[in-house]
Amino acid sequence: MAHTDHAHHDDHAHHGPAPGIMRWIKTTNHKDLGTLYLVFAFTMFFIGGLMSLVIRAELFHPGLQFVRPEFFNSMTTLHALVMIFGGVMPAFTGLANWMVPMQIGCSDLALPRVNNWGFWLLPFAFCLLLSTLFMPSGGPAGGWTMYPPLVLQMGEGFPFLIFAIHLMGISSITGAINVAVTILNMRAPGMTLLKMPLFCWTWLITAYLLIATMPVLAGAVTMLLTDRYFGTSFFTASGGGDPVLFQHVFWFFGHPEVYILILPAFGIVSTIIPTFARKTLFGYDSMVYATASIAFLSFIVWAHHMFTVGMPLAGELFFMFSTMLIAVPTGVKVFNWVATMWRGSMSFETPMLFAVAFVFLFTIGGFSGLMLAMAPVDFQYHDTYFVVAHFHYVLVPGAVFSILAGVYYWIPKWTGRMYNEFWGKTHFWLSAIFINVTFFPQHFLGLAGMQRRVPDYAVQFTDFNEISTIGAFGFFLAQFIFIFNMIKCMSKKGVPATDRVWEGAHGLEWTVPSPAPYHTFEVPPYVGDDETQSLHGAAKAH
Amino acid sequence: MQKMLGWARVGALVSCLFGSGSALAYTGAKWNLPEGVTEMSHEVHHLHMFVFWICVVIGIVVFGAMFYSVFAHRKSKGAVAASFHESTLVEIIWTAIPFVILIGMAIPAAATLVKMDDTHNADINIKITGYQWKWQYEYLGEDVSYFSTLAAESNRARQLNSGIDVYTVPNYLVDVDHPLVLPVGKKIRFLITSNDVIHAWWVPAFAVKKDAIPGYINEVWTKIDEPGTFRGVCAELCGRDHGFMPIVVKALPEDEFKAWLAEQKSKGTEVASAAPVAAAPVPAAVAVAAAAPAATEVAAAAPAAAAPAAAGKSKDELLAAGEKVYKTNCIACHQAGGTGMPPTFPPLAGSKVVNGPKDAVIQQVLHGKNMMPPFPQLSNDDIAAVTSYVHSSWGNKGEIVQAGDVAAARK
Amino acid sequence: MATPAAAPTDHSHAPATGKYFVPAPSAWPFMLTAALVTCIIAGWGYLEDHSVGPIPPIVGALAAFYIIFRWVRGVCLESEGGLYNDQVGRTYRMGMAWFIFSEVMFFAAFFGALWYAREMSIPWLSGEGTKLATHMNLWPGFENTWPTNGPKALGGKFETVSAWGLPFVNTVLLLTSGVTLETAHHALKENHRKVCIFWMWVTVALGSLFLYFQATEYLHAFHTLNLTMHSGVYGSTFFMLTGFHGFHVTLGTLMLAIIAIRLMLGHFKPDSHFGFEGVAWYWHFVDVVWIGLFIFVYVA
Ligand code: HEA
Ligand code: HEA
Ligand code: HEC
Ligand code: CUA
Ligand SMILES: [Cu+2]
Repeated sequence: MAHTDHAHHDDHAHHGPAPGIMRWIKTTNHKDLGTLYLVFAFTMFFIGGLMSLVIRAELFHPGLQFVRPEFFNSMTTLHALVMIFGGVMPAFTGLANWMVPMQIGCSDLALPRVNNWGFWLLPFAFCLLLSTLFMPSGGPAGGWTMYPPLVLQMGEGFPFLIFAIHLMGISSITGAINVAVTILNMRAPGMTLLKMPLFCWTWLITAYLLIATMPVLAGAVTMLLTDRYFGTSFFTASGGGDPVLFQHVFWFFGHPEVYILILPAFGIVSTIIPTFARKTLFGYDSMVYATASIAFLSFIVWAHHMFTVGMPLAGELFFMFSTMLIAVPTGVKVFNWVATMWRGSMSFETPMLFAVAFVFLFTIGGFSGLMLAMAPVDFQYHDTYFVVAHFHYVLVPGAVFSILAGVYYWIPKWTGRMYNEFWGKTHFWLSAIFINVTFFPQHFLGLAGMQRRVPDYAVQFTDFNEISTIGAFGFFLAQFIFIFNMIKCMSKKGVPATDRVWEGAHGLEWTVPSPAPYHTFEVPPYVGDDETQSLHGAAKAH
Repeated sequence: MQKMLGWARVGALVSCLFGSGSALAYTGAKWNLPEGVTEMSHEVHHLHMFVFWICVVIGIVVFGAMFYSVFAHRKSKGAVAASFHESTLVEIIWTAIPFVILIGMAIPAAATLVKMDDTHNADINIKITGYQWKWQYEYLGEDVSYFSTLAAESNRARQLNSGIDVYTVPNYLVDVDHPLVLPVGKKIRFLITSNDVIHAWWVPAFAVKKDAIPGYINEVWTKIDEPGTFRGVCAELCGRDHGFMPIVVKALPEDEFKAWLAEQKSKGTEVASAAPVAAAPVPAAVAVAAAAPAATEVAAAAPAAAAPAAAGKSKDELLAAGEKVYKTNCIACHQAGGTGMPPTFPPLAGSKVVNGPKDAVIQQVLHGKNMMPPFPQLSNDDIAAVTSYVHSSWGNKGEIVQAGDVAAARK
Repeated sequence: MATPAAAPTDHSHAPATGKYFVPAPSAWPFMLTAALVTCIIAGWGYLEDHSVGPIPPIVGALAAFYIIFRWVRGVCLESEGGLYNDQVGRTYRMGMAWFIFSEVMFFAAFFGALWYAREMSIPWLSGEGTKLATHMNLWPGFENTWPTNGPKALGGKFETVSAWGLPFVNTVLLLTSGVTLETAHHALKENHRKVCIFWMWVTVALGSLFLYFQATEYLHAFHTLNLTMHSGVYGSTFFMLTGFHGFHVTLGTLMLAIIAIRLMLGHFKPDSHFGFEGVAWYWHFVDVVWIGLFIFVYVA
């Protein structure tokens, strides 16, 4: 160990990977860690997906067929925690690990050892969390929102739930600090902030949201812990507290969290669409400002999740208006994407297909979000499958599609091999169809009165639930195409990729060989107009 | 067999969807929000449709433009990329237009919200208390109050592997033993609270949904336009049986309602007046119940299912019946072996109360204590049975209680 | 942890145009995680059924401290070895600033809880605003006062710690420690190492004294005032805020002591001493939080 303390012998070239498992445990390399993050995320997607299949299988028919209600509730709870904290967030961090240093022209993230720590916290955290399933009284079953007093009724696994959240929080915060500092401090000369690729921009703002809100979540769950074990009464009326206080603190984190789950997606889509439209992104500056406005607004809308808790009228009005406002900057983004495609010269490789589907389906999710924002109508929607449909539209064909698009887009750069385009397209079409089969009917279910988080339902809901379940199984199975396609790239089979990979691609990452060298830029590169022209229009004729 | 039926149903799906389909027992709606039977629910429905159509129109414009360019501006069709990438004017326009549309949506929404908020001058006040997992209704000032739980038939059918085809159960999961009875045409104010965890009282036909927060009371109101039976559900996750605490409201013309109320009063609804609803929720800190692992599904017996009997049952009969009642009602907290979950849920094995005077247990079951809910809705037979059962199980010293004792205790 | 001024080593790079600094692989982060998880599992055993004594969590915590120490020591050696350029220095400064921001938000959650209890839940329980029915039906007779342990008077009658006793002394101590720390900083910048070390130890002493008084105050609260975490929402917010702050002071004092030791070992240069600055920022942050506490927890 003493050896590594002195670290760093000046010959950088010798920092190639060490062999064996220790390579992965000790690595400080952004590409290694990016890979670890992504592999972890996809494992979690798989586990969370299996849990959603338990949910969907039980809901295929009314009546209880497979699981006890308490187990069903833990499936719902863990499905959400695993998908959000284990799937989407680490996947975005993995993409940031890979792409941020390459896009801004530096060798690695700013704090490589902290980066390693941030990653390794995650497997431990999820082992703790999932181990509760094997305890006699079962896993957390109070919903991912963990409202007291219900969550306090959890059995002996309760501390693991809390501490797992703490660990995930540390992981997210360290990851976010890393990305923020890298972007602010490590840009190659000439890469001014307003020349950065949008993926970096959206991640910078996401990092800000993470650093501002993850500690608040940690505070919230800490209060749960002391309420349960140390006799405090933050959330108990008889001691002067209020169960609703938890909801305020949670959603103060929770709403920015949903933008944490979508802003990097906006960045990915803003990168992919110009490439395949072979046309400069429309309104780069307004994209940046819109992202910032969304982030700002996200801090003042949280109570739209709590319209039914009995807030004073003024509060309800305020949160209704502020929530509706978010449609404006989000709309700007959607319009900009459409304007980028407009009169472009488009081709539809797999990443582009996912990106276009993103714009379409995310917007549908946004529309239902807007409907939810209308407080008096939300009294009807709240805690029904209409909400479930809303957030799966923004999360699955939103966040998850963007991750898939990003992986397809960049994997040739990572592995030096092209994925199989035919299977990529097949994967896309199956995913796009099944995701709608799964979640579109849930709008109807919710409107007609089916509440969330139930293992069983009135028989009138059978038809739509059947359709939804079929869709869920189809979507899940379709993902195996993706996994095999990726494994093929990673095992170096397939057509070698060129350096620029995509005809219309711009940006520093495309100026280095495919696969990218272990430390992409050992000395800061020169940032030429060529590489920023996709953002700001051609400086020289094309 | 079940499976095959299932697939047959899938086959018939299309016709189901477009035809009448399965009976729309619950809200009467299949695709959309029900219109409901109150002024507020109509307004909400209109708002909903209004926003929906706005979204549809915007969607047509945006997606229309997008798909047009997806089809027309393809490289394979020889499209050459234009070079524009900025236009302040356009951007101002498409910031301003949505903003204006939003104002147009916000104004009527705010107006409705303000109306919904006004709970003043109610004709009738009803206090609704959520319990895990039932509702208590109190007609304030009328001395009428009772509990409302999932109907026995549904309860039996909903157990894991119950073997009962839920399609044969009328109003499966949306039926209760004692519905809430309300008059039409009167402004009714609900005071909603909870005894344990958060629940939410929701009747779609009234467009009323409000969380029941332990230790706090939320107010909502409604005014029902037409008589009928309206169903709803608990809409906030409240633990294991969250899906099984429905709400049924029977709206009667005013005179019938009055008659009903008078009848209840004359019956001297012993049932609930004594229930210590105002009892403070215990600090959540000690509310360590568990997502009871034990086997409710084993005991399909609903309380009402126990056979009625005249005085004096044999010990065996009582214990057998008592075990069933115990498994349905008590096991969640006191556990199968009577071990409870200390510190909050005391063990019944070796408990001082259980081994003390037999009246004490009856009283505790009838009236509850702190975190333990009252069970006045159980029949005298059931209470006798379950009391006998806890008295003689797990090494307790074994006193037998008869229905008559319970009846005496109710007085 | 910062760039040597006129670094004589051949490792030094001209800022920004030279090579990037890339550290070697390290097992410390992984081991730190393992140590933390040990703490958690042991803590779980303690919380759930008291089956685990205090030893395992303490062992885990000590292991974590040791690992952090080794990790940081490696970083210090790299820094003293002149491996870092200005860019790395900026990185650490920015990292520290973001970290402190996250801590601010952590405290914000608890301050928010305090605010909510005083401005929302207590008034509601006593019938103000829209919650008249709550008051009349559930908590008749409860009045909006502060401090309070709620309508059920959880934890029994209690008294509060007076702001103008020890807390005021502690305020003075912490404010003074901010000044002594800055004095030390100035001394370092002017290369008066001895003076700097002296003021550093004074700062450490002030921090320790603060902790000592805080502990005294807690004991007094427990034994004489019957003010505990069970004392309703007042006790909850009081102990959560002051306890969490006290924890930060403890860490801060430890870090100050380590910096003082490093100064004695000859670390840091007048114009580059990120380690010093980082800890100083942290200390000032802890200071400012205390002012907030003093005002909102003790005085108001
Ligand atoms: C990626 C995640 C994500 C995103 C991006 C969003 C985006 C939005 N969400 Fe969503 N939401 C969730 C994830 C997300 N949400 C989750 C997980 C929950 C449930 C949590 C739980 O309870 O478990 C939830 C719940 C939720 C609720 C609470 C519902 C309830 O429980 O009763 C509400 C209410 O206001 C809401 C509103 C919105 C709005 C207004 C947006 C807006 O940002 C959408 C803006 C976008 C558009 C409007 C479309 C594009 C715009 C145009 C084309 C411009 C023109 C349009 C108009 C003028 C109409 N969301
Ligand atoms: C990012 C978040 C995310 C994602 C991706 C999903 C994905 C899915 N969700 Fe989830 N869901 C939530 C977040 C998410 N959900 C949340 C927050 C809740 C609320 C919880 C609560 O109430 O507390 C919820 C609740 C929820 C419910 C309601 C449960 C209830 O109320 O009781 C249902 C029911 O149908 C459901 C279904 C599904 C299905 C079928 C998918 C499918 O899309 C799953 C299939 C997806 C994948 C498999 C991942 C993608 C796969 C890859 C990228 C490749 C790797 C995988 C393989 C090789 C298989 N979800
Ligand atoms: C929701 C949880 C819950 C349910 C269901 C429940 N109890 Fe209890 N029970 C409690 C709690 C909590 C106490 C302790 C009350 C107190 O003393 O504060 C208790 C106490 C008791 C006691 C007194 C034990 C003692 O030593 O103090 C008896 C007897 C008892 N319950 C019987 C029953 C029976 C019989 C049933 C079913 C008909 C039942 N309980 C259902 C929670 C419950
Ligand atoms: Cu009660 Cu859900
Ligand atoms: Cu939100």
